[in-house]
Amino acid sequence: MGELRLMKGNEAIAEAAIRAGCDGYFGYPITPQSEVMEYLMVERPYETTGMVVLQAESEVAAINMLYGGAGTGKMVLTSSSSPGVSLMQEGISYMAGAELPALIVNIVRGGPGLGTIQPSQADYFQAVKGGGHGDYHMIVYAPASVQEMADFVQIGFDVAFKYRTPVMILSDGAIGQMMEKVYLADPVPRLTEKEVIARCPWASNGRPMSRQHNIITSLDLDPAGQERLNLVLQEKYRKIEESEVMFETIDCEDADYILVAFGLSARICQKAMNLARQKGIKVGLFRPITLFPFPKKEIHELAKRVKGMLVVEMNAGQMIEDVQLAVGCDIPIKHYGRFGGIIPTPDEVVKALEETIIGG
Amino acid sequence: MTEEIIIAGFGGQGVLSMGKILAYSGVMQDQEVSWMPSYGPEMRGGTANVTVIVSDERISSPILNKYDTAIILNQQSMDKFENAVKPGGLLIYDPNGITRHPKRKDISIYSIAAADEAAKIGLSKVFNMMVLGGFLKLKPIVKMENIRKGLEKSLPSRHHKLIPENEKAIVIGQDLIQPVHVL
Amino acid sequence: MEEKFAHPELRTPENLVYKRTDLLVDCPLSYCPGCGHGVVHRMLMEVLEEKDIASKTIGVNPVGCSVLAYDFMNIDMLGAAHGRAPALATAIKRLWPDRYVFTYQGDGDLAAIGTAETIHACNRGENFTIIFINNGIYGMTGGQMAPTTLPGMRSSTSPYGRDIDIMGHPLKITELIAQLPGTYYVTRQSVQTPAAVRKTKKALRKAFDLQDEKKGISFVEVVSNCNSGWKMTPVQSNTWMEENMFPAYPLGDIKVNGELVK
Repeated sequence: MGELRLMKGNEAIAEAAIRAGCDGYFGYPITPQSEVMEYLMVERPYETTGMVVLQAESEVAAINMLYGGAGTGKMVLTSSSSPGVSLMQEGISYMAGAELPALIVNIVRGGPGLGTIQPSQADYFQAVKGGGHGDYHMIVYAPASVQEMADFVQIGFDVAFKYRTPVMILSDGAIGQMMEKVYLADPVPRLTEKEVIARCPWASNGRPMSRQHNIITSLDLDPAGQERLNLVLQEKYRKIEESEVMFETIDCEDADYILVAFGLSARICQKAMNLARQKGIKVGLFRPITLFPFPKKEIHELAKRVKGMLVVEMNAGQMIEDVQLAVGCDIPIKHYGRFGGIIPTPDEVVKALEETIIGG
Repeated sequence: MTEEIIIAGFGGQGVLSMGKILAYSGVMQDQEVSWMPSYGPEMRGGTANVTVIVSDERISSPILNKYDTAIILNQQSMDKFENAVKPGGLLIYDPNGITRHPKRKDISIYSIAAADEAAKIGLSKVFNMMVLGGFLKLKPIVKMENIRKGLEKSLPSRHHKLIPENEKAIVIGQDLIQPVHVL
Repeated sequence: MEEKFAHPELRTPENLVYKRTDLLVDCPLSYCPGCGHGVVHRMLMEVLEEKDIASKTIGVNPVGCSVLAYDFMNIDMLGAAHGRAPALATAIKRLWPDRYVFTYQGDGDLAAIGTAETIHACNRGENFTIIFINNGIYGMTGGQMAPTTLPGMRSSTSPYGRDIDIMGHPLKITELIAQLPGTYYVTRQSVQTPAAVRKTKKALRKAFDLQDEKKGISFVEVVSNCNSGWKMTPVQSNTWMEENMFPAYPLGDIKVNGELVK
């Protein structure tokens, strides 16, 4: 089971990274995620595992440090919150184009603009639809607990290297700031330089004269070459959609109505589900865990058996578009959202279900 | 058993750490816990609150709008949370600085003059533990031995010498708490 | 190629006076004839060869004319986003502390869009080498005004000459970073004559030698021409550079062994 601790979500990210054998963290302070770097600076993994921890001069610099580190085959991590993640979009696009593995954590706060420091899920589109320029995706995990914050660090690194792609953990200020029990995996040592070179023969980390030089770039001035790169990326995304979908269902078997929610909203919906069932309404919960790849097939199948779905998000209606695309049949699908840092209450969710789906 | 608690007061009163010790104690007796603080620029002197849930089952929402217990340490928090106590629930408050006392008749109300007592005996730093002691007398959801373990876990080791003082404060708090009868 | 050589019998080891280093890929460079980039590429690769560190060197190239430098340098390279090369190099050097790491950047990249990354990498005292090609213009995008464009100098975005009242002053970024405690060696060189080329190579050698000492950034500016962007012949452009660029960007060491040169 690993070591039991009571930790904040942000601290769990940091501790899990050390234990996963992460080589480097590069970040810039922003509320509500600063505890990630603060925790690392207290723990000083550079004196134990040799993990580099560096406070960059900006999110722009941080994401490009990530690009540099990833391009040499190292396991690198950054974290930020919404405005900072907006600044990182160019670098993320470059990493997707250059096919670099890296882990990016977004502890989302309300926007747009400087917005608020309170939790939000309004960066769903940015995370799952690309965010930066060009045709690309990241694999996006949406943890709903501190335990999952820790778990998705190792999982995230694994898939990042498996597919050579940037991976995002899309969480929010509440999960970042809250403390829960977390079972931490046993530490694994960082890879040696030899192991890094063996795992990443494509990486630019010093060319032995026995091989050609490696080049890390997303540039191809020849349109035919650039199209080939795009086809490679699209093929990769199809493989990811086939193999990496994660979701959770709770009490969907006998349900007439389904709440669809991710992350913190799913926790609130679980309570709402219990309240609704006490009233005699048969409600189930469908929680996408990967937001890209989205559990399309599973939602499509579920939709055939139920009378309606309420998509609950801390935004104005973003994931609902993916739910609607996935369902593809004629049942009512409605949205309930609060935004700007307001978290919907379980009572509100039940009321919305009654008014927009059952009575609607 | 599920106990949903809001602890609210000024920053600097030890609101967050009281919740943390309670949560840690729950962990020590194999329960599920969550500790969800208000966060932001409202630090020392501003309002601070934390939602603590201790349960035998997996905790669904860590954020609530109704509570089994509200522990209230200033007037702003009284205004905000008196009506958030579930009917039949518990409200504990320190009367220090309270100008409008609670009025509800469908909940149990207790006062604990911990701020005055802590100042009088020179234990202001563990004022929050007196309040926690009062709460635990009414709802002994965690055992004393687990509180001690919780303190050991949540305090950095350089502060472990303060544990006896904290435990003493808990005992004092258990004697201080008094029922309030709303007329 | 061999058969085109008029006197193959003369091509003997004892007669060999010049050989292209294998660290330069055998392909045509994408630079305009007359441009200084190719010369700096050669000096840089010769230094790596002479130090025998090619297999331990990681280069970061910019966006700008040298965006394709990785195609010409036969070592492991990363192409950075515009201005961000010092951020990449920071992470690379910290994650691979025994590698030699350099960035190769132009004036727009280093002194405009990448000013923050340049200054902070220098100020942190990262242990890599920055090679800064300053030709006072954006060559690749078609000759727009650069941060180092001189007052009165024409470009496609200052077609009547740089008016400092409207467009601000040229940025002497090299003098600026020399003030920072994290820079250890800062020099300004050129490549328009064989003598200048030799001095530049010496400076590059020193910059890489200093990476062993881990005392901070070694920074080599090369003032270069851009005959295409300046709308001149290569010879005219070199003369113009000597007469106009050098007074504004005087050659020589600016900081040696962590001390400013008086």
